[in-house]
Amino acid sequence: MLNYLFSFDPGILNYVAFLLTSMAIYGLMGLGLNLQWGFTGLINFGIAGFVAVGAYVTVILSLTQVPIVLAMLAGGFVAALFGLLMGFATLRLREDYLAIVTIGASELVRLIFNNEELYDGRPGSMGINGFPLPLESFRPTTFTRVGMVAIVTVIFGLALWKLWQWANRRLKSAAQKQKVAITAVAVLAGLLGLRAYVVTAISLSNFRANQAGNGLLFVALIVTAIAFWVVERLIRSPWGRVLKAIREDEEIAKALGKNVFAYKLQSLMIGGFLTGIGGALYAWQQSNVYPDNFRSNLTFNVWILMVLGGAGTNPGVLLGAVIFWVYTALTRDLNQILPLPTVQIDAFRMVFIGLLLIALMVWRPQGILGNRDELTLGK
Amino acid sequence: MALLSASGLVKTFGGVTAVDSADLEVAMGSITGLIGPNGAGKTTLFNLLSNFIPSDRGQVMFNGQSIERLQPHEIARLGMVRTFQVARTLSRLSVLENLLLATQQQTGEKFWQVWLQPGKIAAEEQQSRDRAMEILESIGLAHKAHDYAGGLSGGQRKLLEIGRALMTRPKLILLDEPAAGVNPTLINQICEYITYWNQQGLSFLIIEHNMDVIMSLCDRVWVLAEGKNLAVGTPQEIQTNAQVLEAYLGN
Repeated sequence: MLNYLFSFDPGILNYVAFLLTSMAIYGLMGLGLNLQWGFTGLINFGIAGFVAVGAYVTVILSLTQVPIVLAMLAGGFVAALFGLLMGFATLRLREDYLAIVTIGASELVRLIFNNEELYDGRPGSMGINGFPLPLESFRPTTFTRVGMVAIVTVIFGLALWKLWQWANRRLKSAAQKQKVAITAVAVLAGLLGLRAYVVTAISLSNFRANQAGNGLLFVALIVTAIAFWVVERLIRSPWGRVLKAIREDEEIAKALGKNVFAYKLQSLMIGGFLTGIGGALYAWQQSNVYPDNFRSNLTFNVWILMVLGGAGTNPGVLLGAVIFWVYTALTRDLNQILPLPTVQIDAFRMVFIGLLLIALMVWRPQGILGNRDELTLGK
Repeated sequence: MALLSASGLVKTFGGVTAVDSADLEVAMGSITGLIGPNGAGKTTLFNLLSNFIPSDRGQVMFNGQSIERLQPHEIARLGMVRTFQVARTLSRLSVLENLLLATQQQTGEKFWQVWLQPGKIAAEEQQSRDRAMEILESIGLAHKAHDYAGGLSGGQRKLLEIGRALMTRPKLILLDEPAAGVNPTLINQICEYITYWNQQGLSFLIIEHNMDVIMSLCDRVWVLAEGKNLAVGTPQEIQTNAQVLEAYLGN
């Protein structure tokens, strides 16, 4: 397992690049969900549906010669409309109706994609493949390679700088006993970040023609970084304050003249947009779309990573995505240790992540980066 | 001149008529009281006035405009803000943020403006921050500005509610039992604030069981019993009204 951290073998590097791409994609979906649940208190159990809508719209449009960036934006936009639809149907009712309707609607979407001939007369269940991928025919010169590495250097640089700031802030107010733990966490996170940066830089400077993997890593990192910046800024604005007020007590927001319904719709739509864009990246990563890729377990994986990292904090969600995929990588080779068939190993991985979540709820219910004080407050 | 006037308000829940063709009037610049025994329908009447619960029948006029079909947030925007009987706070927001939220017509509450007019938003934030600190100063919560509102005591929450209502620059504040569960010193303080803000031109409609508060503050008192108007008059008239005494004490 350690070779993921230290090896420079091309196979390992490719796998780590795949993991980084997955972290960025799931992180993006998590940011969308976090806006809805973590900040507005809307229970969306239909992430898979939003992802599916984003993926299919992007893929089908790009197959009909629409430029890939426009196709992706359209995917996000239609996913936002999907959110609008569900919001209109349920947001005037009690809040649990949204949970029920989103879970139903996402299954509905999957079943429609499964049974309709969506493209080229092929039955939906056979999926769609052979669609354009981002930077597929991009042939970087030395100059553009340096440019790409420079861009990811900025992204990772900012992330590490934020980590440094966070650690410093925490260390100032922490008790002696916590200081060791905080330092250890910060150093570990910093080293992981450096490793991620090195792998990204290597795979971008070795950018091979038609290696969509490298291109997607680049695209996914940029898109998620931008999304993170956008939601952070929105959350700190007066707009974000209204969302948080609705999460805490929507009657107050109403009494103070806020149009709660409109804000909920906006949160659902912007979150849906991000999740839909995540769907486009998700489709590109797999280079095919099958309705079965959009089952409810996708929804729950995104929920798991959000709760793990800390709902209501955007860096926490990204951290949750990292931990989720580190966990997946670490348990991938479990069958070499445990003499069990693959099916049982897979089940074991799910059981263990369940145990992990229960342990987290007992000892750190606010998630890893969440603020404990917030949970002990009376209403 | 009446700032708020309601006539013939009716609300039934199943077979129970909670408010039975009730009338109410709040004169411009007055402090008006609304009293009645428990279960008289006072809070329900508040909910009907602010349209948190839609009424079955009846008209409500506020500042010369018919408001019974408006959404609660639209009514608040017109300048009529309510508080709640059990003080509600936005627990995981700071005390200061609780007040900032209440500022009306913030440019930054439209998400696209966050990108289009960041400078204007920052300037507005600074303004409303200054005003919020002023109000917190005046209600004695300034030292708590950066604490979570969820950590406030019951009495402080009542003050926070009033502060939040003031932040909206309203014409009329509906207070639902501002003195309930509050210690006597703080009650006196709350009364002083109400008098002070009233002198600044703000009108109040107050539900309260504490008769001292009603008697010392109110210009006029409306009495509600079993959802119906029982009496209306000055505090002195109400105090000696036989029907009112009967409703409270039984015959």
